[in-house]
Amino acid sequence: REGPGDTGSAMDAPSAAGLGGADPQLQRFIEVETQKQRFQQLVHQMTELCWEKCMDKPGPKLDSRAETCFVNCVERFIDTSQFILNRLEQTQKSKSAFSESLSD
Amino acid sequence: GMESGFGSDFSSGGGGGGGKLDPGLIMEQVKVQIAVANAQELLQRMTDKCFRKCIGKPGGALDNSEQKCIAMCMDRYMDSWNTVSRAYNSRLQRERANM
Repeated sequence: REGPGDTGSAMDAPSAAGLGGADPQLQRFIEVETQKQRFQQLVHQMTELCWEKCMDKPGPKLDSRAETCFVNCVERFIDTSQFILNRLEQTQKSKSAFSESLSD
Repeated sequence: GMESGFGSDFSSGGGGGGGKLDPGLIMEQVKVQIAVANAQELLQRMTDKCFRKCIGKPGGALDNSEQKCIAMCMDRYMDSWNTVSRAYNSRLQRERANM
């Protein structure tokens, strides 16, 4: 099952076999670093988005309301991502069922 | 410069033959470059956000209140980044536990 935020990219782990050649150590390294980078990129992206939703005027510290907002924002963003993937999968399934019945 | 890390006269500390690149060193260098890229990304986004929050109509210089605002904004952005990172990590752990 796809993990949250796994929208897929050219650097998906299976295709890392082409990089690093025959060296399994290098291959493993690329897989791990790619995974880490995907995580980092999403943190950058969500911080940016959630900042807009959760931050009013920057104060001397991050108050608990803002902190809660950020946490909720992350969860809802991932929910949104999963929702989109699931619904897309469903509409694709119903589309192919439709086109199959047409070709009869 | 970086050129010294490559080329045929480079040999690893283990006394390997000339012309062999040390994958361990390459991995370390890649990690450093990744860290640098991430820091740059963070700074770029932080600058964007804090400029928007702190600078109204651009004057002839940054005044004291603007500078204070930027300093606070930087710290809050880091706090936010860390909060998001923790929250995302928790969510990933939860998802893995459910799989």
